[in-house]
Amino acid sequence: MTFVAEPVTRLIEEFNKLPGIGPKSAQRLAYYLLRSSDEEARALAEAICALKEKTRLCSVCFNITDRDTCVVCQDSERDHSKICVVERPSDILPLERTGKYNGTYHVLHGTISPARGIGSEELKIKELLSRLQDGSVTEVIVATNPNLEGETTAMYLRRLIGPLGIRVSRLARGLPFGAELEYADDMTLSEALEGRQEF
Amino acid sequence: MDGGATRTYQTQAIIIKQIKLGETDKLLTLYSPKFGKLKAVAKGACRPGSKLGGNVEPLTHSLLMLARGRNLGIITQSQIIDGFLALKRDLWRMACGLYVLELIDSFTVENNENRPLFDLLLATLHRLCQADDSEIVLRYFELNFLHYLGYRPQLRQCVCCNLPLRPVVNFFSPSEGGVLCSSCSRKELISQPISVDALKILRLWQNCDYATAERVRVKSELSLELKQLLQGYIRYLAQREFKSVAWLEELRKTVIDSGGETE
Repeated sequence: MTFVAEPVTRLIEEFNKLPGIGPKSAQRLAYYLLRSSDEEARALAEAICALKEKTRLCSVCFNITDRDTCVVCQDSERDHSKICVVERPSDILPLERTGKYNGTYHVLHGTISPARGIGSEELKIKELLSRLQDGSVTEVIVATNPNLEGETTAMYLRRLIGPLGIRVSRLARGLPFGAELEYADDMTLSEALEGRQEF
Repeated sequence: MDGGATRTYQTQAIIIKQIKLGETDKLLTLYSPKFGKLKAVAKGACRPGSKLGGNVEPLTHSLLMLARGRNLGIITQSQIIDGFLALKRDLWRMACGLYVLELIDSFTVENNENRPLFDLLLATLHRLCQADDSEIVLRYFELNFLHYLGYRPQLRQCVCCNLPLRPVVNFFSPSEGGVLCSSCSRKELISQPISVDALKILRLWQNCDYATAERVRVKSELSLELKQLLQGYIRYLAQREFKSVAWLEELRKTVIDSGGETE
């Protein structure tokens, strides 16, 4: 691409590194920005810079925040005796959207994955255990994904937290809304049967 | 592959690995009886309502319908034959299962049929669901796994001078693929001592079925020796450390003191 100006090539290359963006999409984005106003381009550049410069991890729950302690951890209205453990910061959004949970969170930043060589040391497990030391927490809700790695992590946490006398619960597993019974897998179906409720 | 003109084909397979592909797809590594290791895409498997979803999680024995793609097969239908639930609900057993899968994945190549290896894998996963002592299941698997891949260790004669081994402490050499007598072991740099009991058990396990192997009572020091020996040999062959071994060791240290845990 020697006949294209260097700044344009550079931007195309940068876009190309993003997930789900191929060379054609990268080109389209770069040329779109070239045509757009100066303010628009600057706003995008500033937003990207701010993302890295102004965000950090909450010192309590390790969610992404722009201050030392995140909004949830600072909120005295919330129930601080409950901690919901999630894999990634993005898992908090759907839980908040339900409007059913009023406790606090703890982000592990990953799951235990023997296949990829990720052990408990790489996750924020030690930090979770130290939050449980003062005895104010009565329940830990493990909300890791219902797959092999999420289950491994959940079982590991139960083994660590159970002996402390704190209730450890796991998000219920069952049939998702809109699914068909015929196509459900054994594990989901058997857990859905075991956890059936009167209605 | 069988090279037929049909676009779809059916096979049973054990899912040994999955990685996320794009937003909602999964790239699976399967081990099948007829085609050996295969890679296939499960489209939309990450969506909550997916028809494939839980049928394509690792440590699952499924019946799959695959469509031939340009590079990779695409899974069109799936049905679970055995989900190994006892394995997935127990931290220790699951770790053992994942170790077995990692060994299979790293020592096999795609499209290379190895029916005995598939049968061994399937039987091992069933045994891990039931066994009280998962260490014996793992050692029996490792020894026979090496055999089906062509790395069967020589345990009757010295690998160097070919003389029958005497019932004294001999030496196991990973690079020679067998046991050295004490006089030959001086020539070999990397070798570790192997006790008479360990050698006896390995010889027995090499030639008997699992039901007989299981009846042998193995003391904890001997169990540790067998583990170090076989895993050392496998590590030498692969020329790398296995990630799932680190996890097994971590579990041994932190939460499990007495073999296994069950809910």
